[in-house]
This record gives sequence, C-alpha cells and structure tokens, in this order.
Amino acid sequence: MLRFALRRLLSLALTLVAASLIIFVAIEIVPGDPASYMLGLNAQPETVAALREELGLNVSKPQRYFNWVGGMLRGDFGTSYTYRTEVTPMIADRLLISLPLALYALLLSTLIAFPAGVIAATRRGSGADLAVMGSTQIGIALPNFWFAMLLVSLFAIKLRWFASGGFPGWDTGLFAGLKALTLPAIALALPQASILARVMRSSLLDTLGEDFIRTARAKGLTARQALWRHALRNALIPVLTIIGLQFSFLLAGAVIIENIFYLPGLGRLIFQSLTQRDLIVVESVVMLLVFAVVLVTFLVDVAYAIVDPRLRRK
Amino acid sequence: MSTGKKLPTSAVSGSWRRGLAAVAVTVAAVLSVGTAFAAKTDITIGMQLEPPNLDPTGGAAAAIDEVVYANIFEGLTRFGSDGSVKPALASSWEISEDGLTYTFKLRTGVSFHDGSRFDANDVKFSLDRARADDSTNAQKQLFTGIDTVEVIDPETVKITLAQPNGALLFNLAWGDAIVLSPDSFDRARTEPVGTGPFRFSKWAQGDRIEIVRNDEYWGEPAKLEKATFKFISEPTAAFASLMAGDVDAFPVFPAPENLPQFEADPRFTVVVGSTEGETILSTNNQQAPFDNVLVRQAVAHAIDRKAIIDGAMFGYGTPIGTHFAPHHPSYVDLLGNSTYDPEKAKALLKEAGLENGFSTTLKLPPPSYARRGGEIIAAQLRAVGIETEISNLEWAQWLEQVFRGKDFGLTIVSHTEPMDIGIYAKPDYYFQYDNADFQKLITDLESISDPDQRSELLKQAQTIISEDYVNGYLFQLAKTGVASANIVGLWENAPTQANDLTAVYWKD
Repeated sequence: MLRFALRRLLSLALTLVAASLIIFVAIEIVPGDPASYMLGLNAQPETVAALREELGLNVSKPQRYFNWVGGMLRGDFGTSYTYRTEVTPMIADRLLISLPLALYALLLSTLIAFPAGVIAATRRGSGADLAVMGSTQIGIALPNFWFAMLLVSLFAIKLRWFASGGFPGWDTGLFAGLKALTLPAIALALPQASILARVMRSSLLDTLGEDFIRTARAKGLTARQALWRHALRNALIPVLTIIGLQFSFLLAGAVIIENIFYLPGLGRLIFQSLTQRDLIVVESVVMLLVFAVVLVTFLVDVAYAIVDPRLRRK
Repeated sequence: MSTGKKLPTSAVSGSWRRGLAAVAVTVAAVLSVGTAFAAKTDITIGMQLEPPNLDPTGGAAAAIDEVVYANIFEGLTRFGSDGSVKPALASSWEISEDGLTYTFKLRTGVSFHDGSRFDANDVKFSLDRARADDSTNAQKQLFTGIDTVEVIDPETVKITLAQPNGALLFNLAWGDAIVLSPDSFDRARTEPVGTGPFRFSKWAQGDRIEIVRNDEYWGEPAKLEKATFKFISEPTAAFASLMAGDVDAFPVFPAPENLPQFEADPRFTVVVGSTEGETILSTNNQQAPFDNVLVRQAVAHAIDRKAIIDGAMFGYGTPIGTHFAPHHPSYVDLLGNSTYDPEKAKALLKEAGLENGFSTTLKLPPPSYARRGGEIIAAQLRAVGIETEISNLEWAQWLEQVFRGKDFGLTIVSHTEPMDIGIYAKPDYYFQYDNADFQKLITDLESISDPDQRSELLKQAQTIISEDYVNGYLFQLAKTGVASANIVGLWENAPTQANDLTAVYWKD
C-alpha cells in the first residue's frame, strides 16, 4: 500500500512540473499587455513604459517562469499586476468560498444520488425507478445556469427567503455563509446528482447480477444484507471516480454559477484576471486547480485501493 | 438479474424522508429571521465591474472613480452633476492677466481620514507626482504645460504654466488629479485615505467595497451613514439583485432591454441621463481605401443611426454628427453632414473608383454597443457594397491589435473621457487623422482661456472633423440607471464616471 502511494506521488509531482510549463507558455503567448489595459485610451507611451517597469514586466520570460515556480515552492504566488496585492491571500480568500461551495454541492449531490440510485437499482422497472430515471434525465438536460435563474426568481425575488447572490463573508457567521451558498450549491448539485444517481444505479445493477451476490444469498443472507454487505461496496468504484471528477469540476467549473450569484469565487477570479491580463493571477489559480485535480485523482486512486485490494498490486 | 427487484428499501427511504422533513423545518425556521427593517441610512449600489484598485491616480478604470470620486477623494476643483467645474479643496483662485499663473486659496480646517492636516504641501506633492517622469498617471496629459507648483504658505498654492491653458481648472477636476497625502499615498490602492465626506471601511475583494460617513468632514456632511458598492457583472444577476431588493440602485444598468420592466414597476425609477461617451465607428485613416475622404463620406452616409440606437441600445442614445457631447453648450449639430442615404453612399464609392465595393475588417471590443451595433453596421455597409469581416476581441486584444498595432479597418468604441476632441490632433492616435490645420487649432485652443473664444474654436474643431468624415459618428452613450423610487440625489448625468453620494438620502 505504501509503495503504491509513493509511486502515485511521484507521477503526481511530474504532472505538476509539466503542467506548470504548459500553463506558463500557454498563458504568456496570449496577446495583450496588463499595463496598457490598466492605463486605457489616453495614456502616453512613456506612462505605459513606466508602469511596465514598475510591474516588473520587463524581466525576461524564462526568468519570470523561474521566479514564479520558485515562489510557488515557498507558497508565494507573487504580486497581482492589477490589484497590486499578494496573490496568495487573494487566492486563499476565494478558496474560502469555492471550496465550501464545491463540498456543499458535492454533499447535496451525494445525498440525493445515493438513495435515488439505490432505490432505482433495487426496484428496477418499478414506478420509483422510472421516476428516478425520468427526473435524472431532466436534471442532466437542464442547463444549470437556467436552473439557477429559476431558483433566484422563486426563492430570492418571489419568496425573498434568500438573497439573490453575493457573499457576506464567514465573519458574519457560519449560518449566514452557508445560507448564501445554498442556492448556488443546489444549482450546481442538481446535474451532478442526476449523473451520479444514474452511475450508482447501473453500477449497482451490474454488481447485483454478479455470482458472489447469489452466493451470499445462498449462504442465507437476506437481500438487504447482501446489498449492504457486498453489493454496495463493490458498486462504489465507478461512483468514486465520478465523485472525484465532479469535485474537480465543481471547484474550477463553477464560474457561470458564480457569475449568476455574484459570488467572489475562484472561477470569477480567473475570468476577471484573464480579461485584465493579470497573467500572474491566472497562472497561479490555474496551477492551483491543476494541483487540486491531481491531488483529488491521487486520493481517488488511494480510495480505490482501499475499497478494492486487488488494485494495490497493479 | 432480477435479484435486485425484491430488495426491501422502505427503511432507506423512510429515514430519508424523515431527514428531509427535518431539514426543511430547520431551513424555514432560520430563514424567517433577519428581515426586520430600520430607517434606512445606508445604500447598496450595484456596479458591473470591480475596480482593480482604488487609486484614481494610477489607472484608467472607470470603476475606480465610480467608487472614490467625490466620496473618498477630492481635488482642487471638482465636477458638479451638470458638468460644471466647482471649487473643492480650493475655495477660490486668481488667474494672472497673461493666464500663466493660477493662485489657489485652499480651504482651512481640512484633514485627511487618518487625522493628518491637509495643506499646500499635499497639493504640491500630488501634482508633482502626477506629472513626474516616472508617473503612472493614466491621464498625464492633463498636467502637461504645468511648469512649477509652489507652496506660498500652508493655505496658498501657485501653479505656473509654460503656456496658457484655458482648460486647467477643468483638468484639475478629474479623478486623476485628486489630492493625496505624502504619508498615505502608497496605501491608496487598497486602503485609500482622502479628504472626502466618506472614509474607506472595507473591501471584500470580488464582492463589495464599504465606505462610511466621515464625521470630521470640512463641508456639509453626507446624509448617508454607510454605502456599499456591490460588483455584479452578469446582467441577469443585476436584474435579480434589484428585484430581490439586495441592491438599491444600479446607476449604470447593464441590460437596457430590461428597463421597460423597471419603468412599469412603481418600486423603481429609471434614470436616463447623458454621458461623455461619444460612440464612434473609428476608421483607420491611413489604411486604403479609408485614406480617401470620399470613402469615409460614403461610410458616413451608409449608416442609419436610428436603426443602430434602436437595435443595439433599445432606443437609448442621442445621435451625434461629430465628436462632441450634445449637452455641451458649444455643441454644433452637424448631423446634416452625414444623413442616412445609401444611394449617395453608392455614388460616392463610384466616384472613388470603388463601384464594386470593397471589403475590410470590423473589430469589435466586448461592450454590447459594439457587438450589437457592429452586426447592424455590417448589414448597413453590405447594402452599399462594403463587406466587413467581423472579429470579436477582448479589451486586451483590442488594445494590442487596434489601439497600439493600428491593425484594423473599422472598429466601434465609445470615447468616454470628457472633452476629448484633442485626440484628433494626435496623428499617432489609433485612427491616425493627420490634419495640420486641426492640430494648429487645438494648440491655439489650449492657450486661450476666454470662454467665448474657446467656444468658437471648439465649434470650428467639431466642424472640421465632421466635414473630413474622420470617423463614423454614431451616438452619445446614454447613462441608463435604475434606482429604488425612494432614493433622492443620485447623479442623473455622468459628466465624469462617478457615483457622488454626497447628497444622496432616502425619503420616507
């Protein structure tokens, strides 16, 4: 198990090095200059030159790459061009929203998907199964931004139970923070839950048809005991994979939902920084997301190995 | 395969149902708290863009001034809501006979928000910093011509010019000319310290900025105790925030198509005012065939401004025939030079030897006036035989390709700086209009301070560029805002891009 984990860690490190190079090159070739962007249409050329000097944009690109990577190893992402503040606390602030939002959505999605998937699989062909299959079909087809707008018009505009968006800050209390994240989390969770429920259902159906379930029943276990002790655990592998993928997606891909609920999360930060050619922020956030994805993949791999000992030797 | 079917799940679904019910009850109970109202002395203002920082002397972003201008920072002079120049930190001034020296008498008893006293040294520091060689002031041209800034005594500052500049008082009213203290100027980006009626309180980056009343203010104190600027970029979210009551006013509302709905709702007022934004079809005057005035004239006659204003701006906007704000007293109506007349446009193209038309590029920056307007203009140009290849650019790309690289045929942009007709005197400016007579006229204008003479020259300048068809003149951008019907005192027009909250209050 330890060797397995170490091997995975090594490939994780190599992936990160490669990613940092690709990100830097890909983002630096995007046309546009942060200094010109900041100074607008009336600026004189020498003013732009002075600002470029001040921002350290005249340093050569390889040098900038090494400064950036070197800084990251020390946990320092550098200074934003446009905000002129340290990137690290800036990202940390955004993570304090994006991370709880992703976890919240994932929790909701799992809480909906597991029971739904189990019910549908165990009562295959019944009305409940049809209802789950039908509603998840709609859940997948529904664009989440549109669903988000429906939530806003019902719960924020009509009923006024929730604010239409924004984030009051965790310093106003855990409840206020969670409340602000509730509608966005529901909007994000719905399509994810639909996918997850279907995966859960089909995976469980496959497992329930396996010989070892019949053996378990033959040993005298009731159908329910066989489900809980044997089928569920074996059906989990594809479900875990999907959960891992979904978490990465929720962390990085919530930009549209963040815009609709004007939440100051990571997605909006990337979007805004890219517009302003605040390249160092874009590079750092993208790198962080790559790190998160790679890390989650690693954890999922480890989780497989825990669930299924056969995988440890591969 | 049918094993699954008989498995009992009532236990699962039963506990699930009970759990759900519990959650629903808790949510409902908690949500009903916190809707009580007190008498309102605070306001939440919605803005589409977040300022990158809060130092108006170090960037061109309009969002900076929209938060700090007149609220946190003040200069020697300032703009009133009608665009007039008023005294601010200078209570009065004297101009020498030759127009070369301006002696400003400063207000007394003014202090910065950190408690330090304001005096003449702060003025000298700020102006010298703005015009220094390594200055990163986005509007450095405002200060060209200033030769020296002298401190006569703590309450008096003398500015000496190299040549007379009739626009000095106007220039000093810009947000880029505000007064900072040498002790706190380097904090202005994140924790601005000014002299204004509000002091900076908090910036939750990406979400909002809060300012609170400055009780030590030298002038009439603000009526509001607190103001919050919330940043909502998505037009549908902006709509929802107003409807849900989370935002009290959106002074520049991003979706004109929603305005009729607000107009019909008694809870809101829709405020339509003027801005300094001349929206133009900028034309590359050095690129063939636009180097031929006949071709530019043909383009001007091919454009139907009404269709563009109706189609792209939902009817908000005033047609212009030159690069000048229609609400300015010196404006000349030159729409007659470029009436919509496709037949005339075709005839002009024929005269220019292009009866078979030609094709060019139309590069569009992100704002909806450009993207929507561009599609309409492309169709109108096609009708007279001009094919355009549209490309949509981000601002950073636009600045690189169009503004700096001058690699374009046509583009659409709103020039939002007040009184910026002087850009036509810069042959290097991206549309590259090079006319020695016009350049001389602007040089003359700069040295004249007599209002009547200035007005006369401004009228001539407008006429020259209109008759030279430098660019396609489309419309003056309207300021379309939405506010709660009970708010009084918000600026209707935008003589500069600001949200002056000094006189804003809630009526009962």
